[in-house]
Amino acid sequence: MGRYVARRLLQMIPVFIGSTFLIFAMMYALPGDPVRALMGDQAFDPAVLEAKRHELGLDLPLWQQYVNYFTGLLQGDFGTEIGSGRPISEIIAHAFPVSVRLTLFAFTFTVIVGIGLGIVAGLRPESVRDRGLLGLTLVLISMPSFVLGYLMQYLFAFQLGLTTPTVQDSESFGDLFLPAIVLGSLSLAYVARLTRTSIAENLRADYMRTAVAKGLPRRRIVGVHLMRNSLVPVVTFLGTDIGNLMAGAIVTEGIFNVQGVGDAIYEALFRREGATVVGIASLIVLVYLLASLLVDLLYAVLDPRIRYA
Amino acid sequence: MPEKTAATAVSAETEAGATAPDDAPAAVTAKPEKARSLWSDAWGDLRRNPLFLISAGLILVLLAISAFPGLFTSASPRDADLANHYLQHPNWGHFFAPDWFGYDGQGRSIYARVIYGARASIMVGVGVTALVTIIGTIIGMAAGYFGGLTDSLLSRVTDIFMGIPFLLGALVVLTGFENRSIWVVILALVFLGWTVIARVARGAVINIKQADYVVAAKALGASTSRILLRHVLPNALAPIIVVATIALGGYIAAEATLSFLGVGLAEPTVSWGVDVSSGREQLRNAPHVLIIPSVMVSITVLAFLMFGDAVRNALDPKLR
Amino acid sequence: MTIIETTADVPAPRGDRQHEGPLLEVRDLHVEFHTRDGVTKAVNGVNYSVSAGETLAVLGESGSGKSVTAQAVMGILDMPPGRIPKGEILFRGQDMLRMSAEERRALRGRKIAMIFQDALSSLNPVLSVGYQLGEMFRVHEGLSKKEAKAKAIELMDKVKIPAAAARVGDYPHQFSGGMRQRIMIAMALALEPDLIIADEPTTALDVTVQAQVMDLLAELQAEYNMGLILITHDLGVVADVADRIAVMYAGRIVETAPVHELYQRPAHPYTRGLLDSIPRLDQKGEELYAIKGLPPNLTRIPTGCAFNPRCPKAGDVCRTDVPALHQVTEQDGTELPGRGSACHFWKETIHG
Repeated sequence: MGRYVARRLLQMIPVFIGSTFLIFAMMYALPGDPVRALMGDQAFDPAVLEAKRHELGLDLPLWQQYVNYFTGLLQGDFGTEIGSGRPISEIIAHAFPVSVRLTLFAFTFTVIVGIGLGIVAGLRPESVRDRGLLGLTLVLISMPSFVLGYLMQYLFAFQLGLTTPTVQDSESFGDLFLPAIVLGSLSLAYVARLTRTSIAENLRADYMRTAVAKGLPRRRIVGVHLMRNSLVPVVTFLGTDIGNLMAGAIVTEGIFNVQGVGDAIYEALFRREGATVVGIASLIVLVYLLASLLVDLLYAVLDPRIRYA
Repeated sequence: MPEKTAATAVSAETEAGATAPDDAPAAVTAKPEKARSLWSDAWGDLRRNPLFLISAGLILVLLAISAFPGLFTSASPRDADLANHYLQHPNWGHFFAPDWFGYDGQGRSIYARVIYGARASIMVGVGVTALVTIIGTIIGMAAGYFGGLTDSLLSRVTDIFMGIPFLLGALVVLTGFENRSIWVVILALVFLGWTVIARVARGAVINIKQADYVVAAKALGASTSRILLRHVLPNALAPIIVVATIALGGYIAAEATLSFLGVGLAEPTVSWGVDVSSGREQLRNAPHVLIIPSVMVSITVLAFLMFGDAVRNALDPKLR
Repeated sequence: MTIIETTADVPAPRGDRQHEGPLLEVRDLHVEFHTRDGVTKAVNGVNYSVSAGETLAVLGESGSGKSVTAQAVMGILDMPPGRIPKGEILFRGQDMLRMSAEERRALRGRKIAMIFQDALSSLNPVLSVGYQLGEMFRVHEGLSKKEAKAKAIELMDKVKIPAAAARVGDYPHQFSGGMRQRIMIAMALALEPDLIIADEPTTALDVTVQAQVMDLLAELQAEYNMGLILITHDLGVVADVADRIAVMYAGRIVETAPVHELYQRPAHPYTRGLLDSIPRLDQKGEELYAIKGLPPNLTRIPTGCAFNPRCPKAGDVCRTDVPALHQVTEQDGTELPGRGSACHFWKETIHG
């Protein structure tokens, strides 16, 4: 087990480097220039521009820029923003907790409601409630989160006046409630469908028949025998989904004006603040990778047929 | 062990299929009938599936609209007349008239914009899906069939691309471009999206590679290209097509989201995402300006999702 | 639905020790399945009985209704699509079909247990065998986890699994096929039930392992004086262990007889066909007999005798009248005890 974790962590390193380099390359190789963005619309002297670029190391070859950046990262130095001169670690420290809170809230919502709905539907496959829930999840999946976000905002804030249209206090769970539901709704629909399919399939498994033949009470048959088997694929999906939730926060945070990483990254993108974008993106990638490692470990716990190899 | 980690909910759902009822009833219901192929069997199933018929009908209408928008409205999506204020309510009774859905913030006919906006969504959806399927299938098949070093390399590359959340990656790529045509958006989505198909294709090919008919073909001395094209590809196609159809809806949603965020398509291109984005300003007083293009996005995504769902159910024998 | 964790407080029909007659009696049982393609009549009036210590073999092809009958007895039919329109299943004289769900559950596992064909898929893959065995004691007898584990080890010893104490925490996939089937047997035996239904218990096993598992089952049956219903399509398995045989075809019993008499003098053309299709050493070189045609589609069972389209002896009456299960007699009219044949021409078949 320990060896497996160590090996997986080692394997993660090249993927982490690769993913961050890819984002780095996309950020710096593509047109768009932070120094140019800094100057805004005012007239500028090409020589000044060049000097500034040299000073920031932006005239080096891409790989060298990346090596410089990455060595800094290893020492915990995320760099500073070119425009504002703010250390990026400060921006991250400010924005990350907000997004983590939002993501965890959305995640919890997804897990509880998604699995709950999936169980309700899956235990009676092809029934009215099953079809109804499948229809509902289809509608949720087909509704991009910005659509859902504005609908909810219109309904709950403007029409019913239950909440403020935007988040005032990112530490208040009441304020985060609406954005969290919007953020989690897509995953919720997937989780519900996956749970439903898995339950409906396992319901017909031979071992379920055995459990009935053993004279076990229904609560035990469903709670122990069915659940343990059905939740394996759901757990897998949930793990890979954490990264997507954090990225999805870009849209949700925009709609509800939450000052999280999505907001920060979105702003930085338009100012071409590469270091900020790459820094935050690297952290999201790291969360994603660690979550998938966790899932793999959990997977082996849930399903003894899987061996650490 | 990480082998079994599901790539997406879609592929995991495809794997998890319900088994047929066991014992006597199953043996009995298998009527003596002519052997049918997977595809003709699936077609027989689909023809009787109302969800499939509805979604296929919707898709045909959408395709027609995007091909010949002029047939559906006489108004131009770009004619702005501020005499037509957005606060005027839509005239729900004026079917197919320019003021059917009312006017947007710049006095343009929302109905005309909705009709002309279909093309962008459909082009992105179909274009991305086609390219992603081709690229993903080639890479996935190569990794799955040749195994060894090829597989390790391609799988690591896939991992790297998968490590980047889709939306985040698309944002980063697209902000780099000043003028974003439909093709730039398509290529950006393809650049990030091929991994899903590659994973599915790889998994399918690994399964098929061990099948007796492939081993037999090898034993008979068939060439690699023949095995790949005649035996592996046709059998790997079903799961790939299923995942691709369902993903198509997702790409349309992604285009709308990106356009909404201001990094996808932009004026003067007519696109639902752009319209939703500009409708934000009227949300409080005239929500229909935002809601109507939103609903169009949802209906389109829903049509492709239902279509993909129906195809999956028909193609996946485990589900029957 | 009320859920009761232990069964101690359930009014127990099993306390009825004075009950005379067979342990289990199935009377005129009908089972049908409502599917997209119509109504499948899987069981069409089955009668059989088993007494304590007796082994009844139920023989038939797949689709003959032998497993469905057993599932109906066990109460594990999927309903819907399954339905029992008619019939009685008496356990110690009480009709189980009229019992409440909770009463039936209390009987399952405790008084009537079942062994399934494919032990790998019938055991829960994610729970250790110790847990699955111990569950019987925890649920039905309210034992603690620790006590249940000790009992599980005891059971594994009983079915001769080597190093039981060390393997109690292992999972089903870690055992060989034969060992897994032993675990299934152990699970069925856990509470020393009165009746065991074994549904093709050895079909999935190697021939050598088959014999070991059958011997074990027979040995334990004798030890506990249990009734055993052995469902199989394999005439070879039956000969050694069964006392009586019931042959099923298209959801009916077509012939019943004490085991050796059936082999010597079958009284139904179908049974004869089955016996003739066993390869025999003394007929080496001759063409092997096969019953022509296919088992009937249970949504469209032929009129008259269901076997008539495949029967070499079929006459006009076979196409119109459903044969009853006739008492089989010697040529001089003396009754052959326990023998019955549902054939219009049983006399010709047995004596001709």
